[in-house]
Amino acid sequence: MEDNTVLEDLELVYEKPHTLSDTAFHYCPGCGHGVAHRLIMEVVEEMGIEEQTIGVAPVGCSVFAYHYMMVDMQEAAHGRACAVATGIRRLLPEKYVFTYQGDGDLAAIGTAETIHTVNRGENIAIFFINNAIYGMTGGQMAPTTLCHQITSTSPYGREVEAMGHPLKMTDLVAHLPGAYYVTRQAVHTPNAVRKCKKAIRNAFEYQKLHKGTSFVEIVSNCPSGWRVNPADSIKWLEDNMLPMYPLGDLKVPGKN
Amino acid sequence: MIKGTVKIATELCKGCELCISACPQDCLALTNNINLKGYKFIQLKNDACTGCTNCALVCPDAVFTVFRQSKSSMKKAV
Repeated sequence: MEDNTVLEDLELVYEKPHTLSDTAFHYCPGCGHGVAHRLIMEVVEEMGIEEQTIGVAPVGCSVFAYHYMMVDMQEAAHGRACAVATGIRRLLPEKYVFTYQGDGDLAAIGTAETIHTVNRGENIAIFFINNAIYGMTGGQMAPTTLCHQITSTSPYGREVEAMGHPLKMTDLVAHLPGAYYVTRQAVHTPNAVRKCKKAIRNAFEYQKLHKGTSFVEIVSNCPSGWRVNPADSIKWLEDNMLPMYPLGDLKVPGKN
Repeated sequence: MIKGTVKIATELCKGCELCISACPQDCLALTNNINLKGYKFIQLKNDACTGCTNCALVCPDAVFTVFRQSKSSMKKAV
């Protein structure tokens, strides 16, 4: 690093997007929310649509998304982000509208709003961060919690007989005629992050076409909720989450 | 070998170590110092960095700015 001749010839290959604020994230160390925030803002900056983008923040860990995303944001009541986004998009049809929701918001209290929004084929992008747990309130069981996963409200593991099966929201909405693009991505490795960014880019591009809803599930980690350190949470995600929530496109325009 | 380097916003770092496992050159390590938030932060431990951006991709707190040796300087070196 002391070699000045090398330092003089360096060119910038990566910097964080200007649409992401300089405020430090309030998320726990290692949380995938930070990566998801950054990817969405990178895409917004690359497309040059920060003036035309309106985001809808959920309730959950990412409730303060509007502190970090330097685009117009609207806070919605718990689970109702899709309904609010519907209203925004119908009033301002030339804007790019996205919702950013966790699994407690989108798959639990907001199930009805989500399914009906996708079924109507509203021209919005829905980003669904799935970490199989309620992170903000202290790691309680969510609808997406895996079978036998230990949480603070299922201390002996999730029993299917009493607590039901994990809800695969993305598979569910892929069957709806209003869905135009449905995919499941992750943010745990550099390669997965690259693929996830492409999916987010597609979701924004498809809004121009007025063909239906884009739904991007992002499988993420929650080290604090899972009671493991960040490095182990990546391994836990690969071993347990990915078999239940396999990555890939579920509905691609022109193929289904 | 292409040379690169990273600039680290140490005050944003939370020491989650995800970048350490993502780095193919094994050139990142935690310091023993702590930042204002009380976390140990990340630093370059050697000059093997190639500017591959893997650390920046997995970093949840966007602390990395990545630089890489320009192609014109490579020709000069040859």
